[in-house]
Amino acid sequence: MSTSITLLVVAVLTVAGYYMGRRRALGTADGLPARLHSLPSYYGYYVAIWCGLPTLALFVLWLILQPIIVDGLVISSLPAAQQDLPAERLGLLLNDIRNIAKGEAASESTPMVIAAAKRYNDLTGLGNWMLGACALALAAAGLVLARNKVAPGLRARNSVERILMGVLILASLLAILTTIGIVASLLFESLRFFEKVPFWEFLFGTKWSPQIAVRADQVGQSGSFGAVPIFAGTALITAIAMVVAVPVGLFSAIYLSEFANPRLRATIKPAMEVLAGIPTVVYGFFAALTVAPAIREAGSEIGLSVAGESALAAGVVMGVMIIPFVSSLSDDVISAVPQSLREGAYGLGATKAETVRNVIVPAALPGIVGAVLLAVSRAIGETMIVVMAAGLAANLTANPLQAVTTVTVQIVTLLIGDQEFESAKTLAAFALGLVLFGFTLCLNVIALRIVRRYREKYE
Amino acid sequence: MSNPPGQGASKMARASQIARTVESGLRRRRAAELRLKIYGIGAISFALLALAVLLASVAAKGYTAFQQTHIAVEVQFDRDKIDPAGTGKSEDLRRGDYESVARTAIRAAFPDVRGRRDRRALGKLLSTGAGDQLRRMVLENPKIIGTRQRVWLLGSDEIDMLNKGKAKRNPSGSATKVSSKQVAWFDALDKKGAVERQFNWRFLSGGDSREPEQAGIWGAVVGSALTMIVTLLLAFPLGVAAAIYLEEFAPKNRWTDLIEVNINNLAAVPSIVFGLLGLAVILGFFGLPRSTPLVGGIVLALMTLPTVIIASRAALMSVPPSIREAAHSIGASPAQVVFHHTLPLAMPGVLTGTIIGMARALGETAPLLMIGMVAFIIDVPSRFDDAATVLPVQVYIWANSPERAFEEKTAAATLVLLVFLLAMNAVAIFLRKKFERRW
Repeated sequence: MSTSITLLVVAVLTVAGYYMGRRRALGTADGLPARLHSLPSYYGYYVAIWCGLPTLALFVLWLILQPIIVDGLVISSLPAAQQDLPAERLGLLLNDIRNIAKGEAASESTPMVIAAAKRYNDLTGLGNWMLGACALALAAAGLVLARNKVAPGLRARNSVERILMGVLILASLLAILTTIGIVASLLFESLRFFEKVPFWEFLFGTKWSPQIAVRADQVGQSGSFGAVPIFAGTALITAIAMVVAVPVGLFSAIYLSEFANPRLRATIKPAMEVLAGIPTVVYGFFAALTVAPAIREAGSEIGLSVAGESALAAGVVMGVMIIPFVSSLSDDVISAVPQSLREGAYGLGATKAETVRNVIVPAALPGIVGAVLLAVSRAIGETMIVVMAAGLAANLTANPLQAVTTVTVQIVTLLIGDQEFESAKTLAAFALGLVLFGFTLCLNVIALRIVRRYREKYE
Repeated sequence: MSNPPGQGASKMARASQIARTVESGLRRRRAAELRLKIYGIGAISFALLALAVLLASVAAKGYTAFQQTHIAVEVQFDRDKIDPAGTGKSEDLRRGDYESVARTAIRAAFPDVRGRRDRRALGKLLSTGAGDQLRRMVLENPKIIGTRQRVWLLGSDEIDMLNKGKAKRNPSGSATKVSSKQVAWFDALDKKGAVERQFNWRFLSGGDSREPEQAGIWGAVVGSALTMIVTLLLAFPLGVAAAIYLEEFAPKNRWTDLIEVNINNLAAVPSIVFGLLGLAVILGFFGLPRSTPLVGGIVLALMTLPTVIIASRAALMSVPPSIREAAHSIGASPAQVVFHHTLPLAMPGVLTGTIIGMARALGETAPLLMIGMVAFIIDVPSRFDDAATVLPVQVYIWANSPERAFEEKTAAATLVLLVFLLAMNAVAIFLRKKFERRW
C-alpha cells in the first residue's frame, strides 16, 4: 500500500470521526444540545483529533525511521567485503543501490548491487505495508475509544482547546527552532572547517584561492583560505551601494514628507516601492548586461580601463535596489518627529529647509542611523546582484573599477555544482556563512534597538 | 537732551543697511530652501529614472523572444527514411530519421551547394528541433508519408539572431558563428519569402533546452507553482497560528520576548543563510531529495514565516478590543473569541501580508541555488519530489549561458516573472482596498 493512499484513508477516517462524534453526542443527549457540556461540534472535533493526531505522529516518526532501518538491513545483507568499506565508499554504494531500486541509471550495477536493490525495494514495500496496517489500526482504535468516551458530561471543548493551544505554541516556537537550526548548522560545519584551516588564518589571511590541488604539482591551486580580500570586496561594494542609496533615499524621504503635497506623495511613494518589489535576480541581469557594459564603455571613452565585472556596476545597481528601503524607513522616522517641533521652528521664523536641517534631521538622526545600518546589513547579505555582476577573483583592492568578490558570491560558487562533502572548500562556505550571519545579526540587533528606543522617546 | 545733528540720517542709513542684510540673508535662505527642494526632486527623479531604465531595458531586450524565426522548405516525407521497415506502426514511425528529412529538404532548396562542409553549414540553418517538428507531424497524420509539403521549420538560434538584427551581418574573424555563406543563403530564402517570424508557443509551453530556439519556461513556471504551493501550505497556517498565539494568548514573559526578538531578527537574516540551513539540515540531516519543489518550498516557507507573522499580528492588533469584549460578555471561550470573531475580521490584513510574503518568495533565488535547484532540467515537473527549477533561477541559468540568443530569452523570462509578481501585488492591493476597515 502506498503511503499516500494510507494518508488518504486516515484523512477519510478523521472526517468520519467528526460526524460520528457529533452524532453520538447528540444521541446520548436525546437530541437536546442543551444537555451537553459543549457544543455538539466539539465532540466531533474531539473524536477527529483522537483519530487523526496520533496517527499523524506515527506517520512522521515512521517515515523518518524507516529509511535508516532499511539502510541498515540492506548493508548487513551485503557481503562482508563491502561492509568493511570506508564510510564514504559505503555511502556511494548505497546511493547506487537506491538509484537502481528507483529504476534510474547508476554508476555501478553488478549482480550484487542489483540483488541489494531488490532487497531494498522489498524492505521498503514491506515497511510501507506495515505502516499502512499500523496507521489504520491506530486510527481505528483512536476513533472507537474516543467515540465511546463521548457522553454529555465530557468536557470536549476544554480538551479540544487545550490541544489547539498546544498547536499554536508549537507554531510560535518554530521561529526559535529556525534560529537554532541556522546557528547549529553554521557552527557545526564551521568548526569542522576550522579543524582543517586555523581560525586566525581564515580571518586575517590575505590570500583566497579555495581550489585544492588534486595533484601535488598543480599550479595556482594552493587551497589557501585567507578571507580578508573577500571581506574587503564586500566592504567596497557595500560602500558604493551606500553612496548611492543613502543620499538618494534620504533626500527623497525628506522631500516626500516635508515638501510634497499629499497627492504627489500618494503617487510617488508606491512607484518607489515598486523598486523594492523587483526580484534581485532581475537587478543582477540588469547590472550584468546593461550597467556593466555601459560603465565599461564610458570608462574607455575617457581612457580608463574598467574591468568587465567592475565593483562599480554591482555597487550602483545594489544601491538602486536599496533606495526604497532607506527612503521608506527614513520616511517613517521623519514622520514620527512630533509636529510641535516643526511648529516651534516655524514660529521662530525658520524656513522649511532650516527646520529640516536644524530640527528634524537632528531629532530623527538615531532613527536614520538605524535605517542606514539595516540597509548596510541588507547590502552585505544581498546575493544575486553580486553573483551575476561581480567577479570571482579575490582581488585585494580599493579601486571601484576593478573586479572584486564578496562573501555571498563565494558561498554560492563554493556550493554550486558538484560538492565533495568533508572538503575544506565546501566547509569554507559555511564558515563564510557564519561570518555573514553573525555580522548582519549584530547590525540588525543594534539597528532595531536604536530604532525602537528612538520611537519610544517620542511616543 | 537733544539729538546731535546728522543722527537721523545715520539712523536711516543703518536701517537701510539692516534691510539690505536681511534682504541678502533672505535671498541666501531662500536659495538654500530651493537647493534642498532640488536635491529632493533630483533624488526622486534618479530613483524613478533607474526604475524606468531597468524596466525599459528588460522589455526592449525581451519582447523579441516571443517570436521565433521559421524557414519554409519543401519537405519530401521520404518513406525510406521515416519508416524503412514499412510497418506503419507508431513506435516505428517514432524512430525514423527525421533530422535527415529536414536536412535533405533545406539542401533541396539550394541544389547548387556542393561540398561536405558547405552542405553541413546549410543544414545548420535549421534547428535540431526541426526533426522533432516533422516527427510530430507524421505521428499526428501518418498519411503524409510519401507526399511533398511546404512546411515552416524552426530555424537555428543564430539564424534567428540574424533575422532579428541582433547578430552582425558582416562577420569578420572565426569567432562569429554565422558564416558569410550562411548569411547569403539566409538572404536568398528571405527574398523568396521563406523566412518568417512566428509566435513562439514553444517558449511559453515547453521545458528548458540547451538550444535557445527550443528553450521554454513552462517547466520553470510549473516548478514555481509547486514550490509556492508548499510554501503557502506551510507558511500560512504556521504563521497565522504563531501570530494568534503571540498576539492573543501569550503571557508577557522572557520566553515570549525571546520569540519576538527571534522573529524580528529572522526577518532581516540574509536569504542565502536560509539556503545554507536548507542544505545542512533539510538535505543533510533529514535527507529529503535535492532540487525538488518540496525542499525549495520548505526553505522559502521558513524565510517567509516572519513576514507572515508580523503582518498577521498587525492585522490582529488592529481589530478593536470592543469586539473581543462583546464576544466574551456573551459567554464565548477565549479560543472562540479568536476563531469566531477576531480572526475573520483580521483576515483581509492577514491575506494581504501573506500575498506580499509569497511574492517575495516567488522572486527569491539565492537560497534555492544552495539546495540544488539550478540543475538543468528538460522535463516539466509534475510532483513535489520531481527535480525542478523555478522562474528566477531559470533567469539566472539562462543569464549564465554563453549563447547570444539566450539573452532575449532571459529578458523574456524576467518579463514573465514580473507579470506574475505584478498580478500578486495587484491582488494584495485589491484585497486591502476592498476589505480594509477603519474602526
